[in-house]
Amino acid sequence: MLTNKKLILAHFWLAFAIFGVALLLGEWQMFARSPLNPWASSAELYYRSVTAHGTALGYVFPTLVAMGFGYAITEIALKKPLIGDRWAWAGLALVAIGAVTAMIPVSIGLASVLYTFYPPMIGNPFYYIGIVLVVVGSWIWVALMSINLAAWKRENPGKPIPLAMFANVAGAYLWGWTAVGAAIEVIVLILPVALGFRTTIDAGLSRVFFSWTLHAIVYFWLMPTYIAYYTIFPRAIGGRLYSDEMGRIAFILFVVVSMPIGVHHLFADPQVGAGFKFIHSVFTAMVALPTLLTIFTICASAEIAGRLRGGKGPFGWIAALPWDNPMLLAVTFSFLMLGFGGAGGLINMSYQLDSSIHNTQWITGHFHLIFAGAIVIMYFAIAYDLWPHLTGRALETGRLMKAQLWLWFVGMIVTTFPWHYVGILGMPRRMSSYDYTNPAIAPQALSVSISVVGGMLLVISGALFIAILIRGHRAEQVDPGEYRFSLAVHEPVKLPTALNGFALWVTLMIGLTLVNYGFPVAQLLALKGNAVPAIYMGTPR
Amino acid sequence: MTSPTGPEASGHDQGKAIAVRTEQRWAIVSASIIVLLVAMAIFAGIHRATMPQTWVEVADPQTLHISGEFVESNLGSAVEANGSVTVRVLGQQFSFTPQCMLLPAETPVTFRATSADAVHGFLIARSNINSMLVPGYISVLPARFDKPGDHVMPCHEFCGTGHEGMWARIKVIEKAAFFKLAADQRRLSCVDQ
Repeated sequence: MLTNKKLILAHFWLAFAIFGVALLLGEWQMFARSPLNPWASSAELYYRSVTAHGTALGYVFPTLVAMGFGYAITEIALKKPLIGDRWAWAGLALVAIGAVTAMIPVSIGLASVLYTFYPPMIGNPFYYIGIVLVVVGSWIWVALMSINLAAWKRENPGKPIPLAMFANVAGAYLWGWTAVGAAIEVIVLILPVALGFRTTIDAGLSRVFFSWTLHAIVYFWLMPTYIAYYTIFPRAIGGRLYSDEMGRIAFILFVVVSMPIGVHHLFADPQVGAGFKFIHSVFTAMVALPTLLTIFTICASAEIAGRLRGGKGPFGWIAALPWDNPMLLAVTFSFLMLGFGGAGGLINMSYQLDSSIHNTQWITGHFHLIFAGAIVIMYFAIAYDLWPHLTGRALETGRLMKAQLWLWFVGMIVTTFPWHYVGILGMPRRMSSYDYTNPAIAPQALSVSISVVGGMLLVISGALFIAILIRGHRAEQVDPGEYRFSLAVHEPVKLPTALNGFALWVTLMIGLTLVNYGFPVAQLLALKGNAVPAIYMGTPR
Repeated sequence: MTSPTGPEASGHDQGKAIAVRTEQRWAIVSASIIVLLVAMAIFAGIHRATMPQTWVEVADPQTLHISGEFVESNLGSAVEANGSVTVRVLGQQFSFTPQCMLLPAETPVTFRATSADAVHGFLIARSNINSMLVPGYISVLPARFDKPGDHVMPCHEFCGTGHEGMWARIKVIEKAAFFKLAADQRRLSCVDQ
């Protein structure tokens, strides 16, 4: 039952428009620093572009997708109109205003600090204010998700929360709390310096707060993808979800263990001691658990669909799957990329192996494979699945969608595999150009060029995606029927309180974060002489 | 779903029991993989294959050029009483000091490095030396090079427009040759080579 279709479409369209622009910037960056670029390009423009690309795709695009999809889930799963739709529009407006506010100083070169901020470099204050507005807008969504769930629970005491809504609210709480780390960094540490009230900043402490957000934000990006795995995919391929309870456990694990692990981004940093680095490394290993559980449950769900379609034997069910179905294709590609990216991730989180690839192009390859690959390909699939229900019109099925998904998958592999390889060779990140005539760098030239070609495939795929959605608005009107999420083989009738609410898990999430971050933060606050002068960007030196 | 009754119920419940059992087995396998990974990290950590720095040391970038171990005359390679070599390095926008570091092969080396301004990266190509220089803090990195040779050493953290030009060099020479040079020089580097 979708009543606020315009609200949801507005979120998706703003998200995909931003995605389209940022995708072009990304490909330009790949070209600019490759040996294919015959001209000396401007380093200054390059870093503006990297800042814009990261800010748009890290903070704005996935947030808007999670918000729009979250509103859709609320109405569909709870079978009632969204409570607080005016607030939802206000949240969207804040995100849009914030994005524009942040992008103006970035585009005129006053905030080339990259989306990871990097104090003591300090950009124009409007950059940070814009990002704060984006986050505040998304916090309205977090509150609305909580309120809508609470209202439904009052009306349906004791009933199991539909899995899609349970996961959606898990994602909302995860985001609400993980954003606090960067919010403290920006509001308490950076903004007073950017506005000129202070001139020094503790760069180490800032990095610790940022790491609180930096890792769990990835799981927030991942939530819509996992929700689609569990609650759309089995239905879309004509099967059933293997286990509803295991889905809940996976989402609960994400809420609890994705936060107290961020210090693994600081393994190489001198401001955190080895003890807490080790503790965070152990917790990072634990966060692989929900993904391993998910892979089992989703593959088992696909097997159910294959057998229902007459597949026999240990592998016959795979051949019996509906391979012309875009959702099946998207999930297959997503799993392949998640497998490669996840294996790379295990290397990154390993206390020892990290030092061989830390901050090299391997890392950029890794998170593009996970985020732009495994996660974003499911954003496409979600849009394809929801679009007819949002527009009331048929969506071009079959060929175009499949071509788009294939191009995205192949493009992502061609882009990120060479990227990982040059990282192992020691190629550093975030550089606008490389001296390929240097014998130590020359062997990387071919791989970097191959990545540019992969990027071109991604641009074509992105353009195709936008074109398919636009065509969907012009197609003939149809009645898509009621939207429904997957049914489980054994639908839950009654659930233990722990699997049907968040009180315990949110308490654990906050408690574990405070324990795992409390000591490193307190130690840095107690140190003297570690505040350093700010470096104002975009001003004459 | 309607609640099953009669003979169907037992089939249904039996199916569910099998499903749950399979799922639990997989969960045990998954958890074991994770325990194994953590155990490997503990083992390698105790044997000190590589391990991050254990303690936190500070250095004020506003005064490090006038006093303390990072004054310019103290940068470069120094031979310690126990025969090991300490290399003091400063990162600043957009170079390292010294720009070329001279080291002996087959000798324990300790890098002590910090930043005079922004956050910088510290990576020696074809080695496992890979760290961050955060202004206000000192990074301490143990190393050992088996063979003589040249390595590039880029800054791998964005530190402003100019970051792309921040590359230093590491020159590893024969142990004997190094200690011969060290006999009559307090601090060594290869910036003039």
